[in-house]
Amino acid sequence: MDATYAVEMKSISKYFGGFCALDNVDLCVQKGEIHAILGENGAGKTTLMNILYGFYEADSGEVWTNGQKREIKTPKDAISLGIGMVHQHFMLVETYTVLQNIILGDEHIKGPGVIDYKKAKAEIKKLAEDYHFNIDLDAKIQDITVGMQQRVEIIKALYRGADILILDEPTSVLTPQEIEELIDIMHNMVQNVKTIIIITHKLAEIMKSADTCTVIRRGKNIDKVAVANTCEKDLAELMVGRAVEFTVEKQECRRGSALLQIDGLVVEDDRKIKKVDGLSLELFEGEILGIAGVDGNGQKELFEAVTSLRKAKSGSIRIDGQDIQNTSPRKTFEAGISVIPEDRQKSGLVLDFTIAENMVLEKVQNAPFSKHGILDWKVIRQNADKLTKEYDVRPDGSAGMRAGALSGGNQQKAIIAREISNDGRVLVAVQPTRGLDVGAIEFVHNAILSERDKGKGVLLISLELDEVLKLSDRVAVIYNGRIVNIIDAKDADEKRIGLLMAGGEGA
Amino acid sequence: MTKTTVRDWLKKPIVGILLAIAIGFAVGAIVLLIAGYNPGEAYGALFRGVFSKPKYFAQVTIKSTPIILTGISFVVAFKSGLFNIGSEGQYITGALVAAIVGSQINLPPVIHFIVVILAAMVAAGLVGALVGFLKSRFHVHEVISCVMINWIMLYLSNYMITLPWFKKAGTEASVEALESSWSVVANNWKTSEEGLQQLAGSDSPWAEALLKTDLNYGILIAVIVAIGIYLLYKNTVKGYELRAVGINPHAAKLAGISVDKSIVTSMAISAAIAGLAGALTITGVMPHRVTQLSMHEGYGFAGISVALIGGGSPIGSIFSGIFYSMLTYGSASIQSETGAAGEIMDIVIGVIIYLIAISSLIIMLLNRKSAKAGKAAKNG
Repeated sequence: MDATYAVEMKSISKYFGGFCALDNVDLCVQKGEIHAILGENGAGKTTLMNILYGFYEADSGEVWTNGQKREIKTPKDAISLGIGMVHQHFMLVETYTVLQNIILGDEHIKGPGVIDYKKAKAEIKKLAEDYHFNIDLDAKIQDITVGMQQRVEIIKALYRGADILILDEPTSVLTPQEIEELIDIMHNMVQNVKTIIIITHKLAEIMKSADTCTVIRRGKNIDKVAVANTCEKDLAELMVGRAVEFTVEKQECRRGSALLQIDGLVVEDDRKIKKVDGLSLELFEGEILGIAGVDGNGQKELFEAVTSLRKAKSGSIRIDGQDIQNTSPRKTFEAGISVIPEDRQKSGLVLDFTIAENMVLEKVQNAPFSKHGILDWKVIRQNADKLTKEYDVRPDGSAGMRAGALSGGNQQKAIIAREISNDGRVLVAVQPTRGLDVGAIEFVHNAILSERDKGKGVLLISLELDEVLKLSDRVAVIYNGRIVNIIDAKDADEKRIGLLMAGGEGA
Repeated sequence: MTKTTVRDWLKKPIVGILLAIAIGFAVGAIVLLIAGYNPGEAYGALFRGVFSKPKYFAQVTIKSTPIILTGISFVVAFKSGLFNIGSEGQYITGALVAAIVGSQINLPPVIHFIVVILAAMVAAGLVGALVGFLKSRFHVHEVISCVMINWIMLYLSNYMITLPWFKKAGTEASVEALESSWSVVANNWKTSEEGLQQLAGSDSPWAEALLKTDLNYGILIAVIVAIGIYLLYKNTVKGYELRAVGINPHAAKLAGISVDKSIVTSMAISAAIAGLAGALTITGVMPHRVTQLSMHEGYGFAGISVALIGGGSPIGSIFSGIFYSMLTYGSASIQSETGAAGEIMDIVIGVIIYLIAISSLIIMLLNRKSAKAGKAAKNG
């Protein structure tokens, strides 16, 4: 009977210093199934998988694969047992081709020091065909999309003979279309008798892809459920440990006067390609205007033009009639634009600064945080203590901690606390819940709604259509750098917007 | 829990640095043993060569002044994410301008000195600002432009020395800076009739330290600069911005901090400090003039070592500068007393720097591990 399990992990415990990351966790994965491991950020999912893949050693417990007890001490051991892992952050050489990346470290050799590309190419072509991967082996990694890069990682694992594939948060970087494709690929793989373990905190994807789901909370097993017999709401409750509201309480929208006006905006990207091409929109006080669209249709350049990070070629951006295009990020901030950027670690925070320092990033030069160019540390610290308390940025005393030491959800809360405390008139939020778990998403959504209710204008740019539909009062669909239609949220349905997003004829 | 405390203790930069120094000396001892010398004797000679007479220690501080400053110069650029390898050229700029202003203009003492060092700092600062401008405007990497400017300044200085109004006849050097611009301690008194008599009559080793060395106020200025730079980063908006740009230019830019301006500012401050080092050598140390050079004197590179050993901090650079200077100055005693090559100290310094580079790597790894555990702890 045991042999039907591809992976068994029995009573695994793992401590980091005094902290218990995993406490007697069990995991049984059947051969040929898609097994999801569900848990909040930091619940211990990735730690468990890192033990299976040989990155960490468990302090106690046993690991069995294919019915035999194993000692997995390094990733090399794991690979030789047919275990492959695709990390959340890809480990690829940007300037190498797809082919070179796949064979890297496992090259066939023709003669001393000469790589047999031909043979490798033939093998990989066959693999790609078997699993219906549509991929150009000679393209360079830097030129292909994130979704494609992920496929390269998957083929890399398969090429090394993986029968058990671990995918760590595979969808966090993908567009909705790419997620669909990934799920297809996963189904294809299990048909070829591969076993897949997927780490995620996204419920919809578990429902769509997985057969079984193990739920972990705070390093402990909570439950193991057959996906067919459960629903998103039950899973969320198991994961968070309390009932979670999926719909947000929304008050009636009380729209005021026009606040942000964009007219005929044209923005080029670094390669001089027009990414925003004659875009116009108006944002009113007290409303959330959602920008829905497939990634790469000009959202990034629109955001960069609004914040003056990038020069607009032509057109105008005005707040209250005052032109702000092509000024500077500081000018747009002073004009009243607050920003929740897409990438909190790259653009939102200075990770090596403390939270207190980060909380004044845009306004450190103003009183009361500094006077005559001299910082007032007491005020800066008090400000952070107040905000971290108000916005529940954990752990306690996070004001004095390095921003980089906080979890993703708490980093995002810190940014939101800062931006809301700026008390601007317009809040531009880009993918504000990317990579967050259900509890944190709920928090962020409520914070954005309460800004709207205070009469602020919110421009929400998100690739998650669910999020746009849930929060927005009006939905503007962006396609090829233009707003193709603006629909009142009451009349918006996923199908119609999906059609517009794909460039279908305007309904 | 003991595991964590040892780890926390190891993460303290000062512990890593002291450990590196200890291991550096141990490796030096092994090399000495292999070469057939008694390391105890050699290190004893080193110690005596530095501490046995006030004169020796005075020499150490005199020699430490320029490298403390080039060390701080490196720290400043590094805080903003820049690698200022050009302090060599900026040092020459400072020295050249100091020699010109010191020799060609006649001003009362003190005022002359102040004008000389300010002129040198402005000139070197402009050279640094140019490097910063080239980087922010045309994306020229600062290492490339710095290396080129190092050579340009070397040859410019050599050329200037050939000009008739600046060259001292019969020498391969410039004319001396006027005494009014000097920063030598008690210069007037120790060259006066009665001063000379009193000092010559005294057999106090302190008198010897004053008379037989170029003891000057440079070290005090270096300490003031270190404290000033420390306060700049700790307590001012400018320092905050310069640090933010160094750690994460993307976030800084979005938050309204001008990255381009910060790069220019940081390079200008960094270079001005290196220029000050050059100026203080002219005002403080014989022969108070610039000479023809066939290659760089190495103050810039020594500054990088000083900054590293000083843990990347301006205050730390004071101590590491003095330490570095002790090893290089004391190495002469090793050679004369035991016969072992003085270059043994280069090995010790080299090992220390390698280990410090490795220790910051180890700290990074330790941080990453505990961050992972900490991350889990927060959500768990």
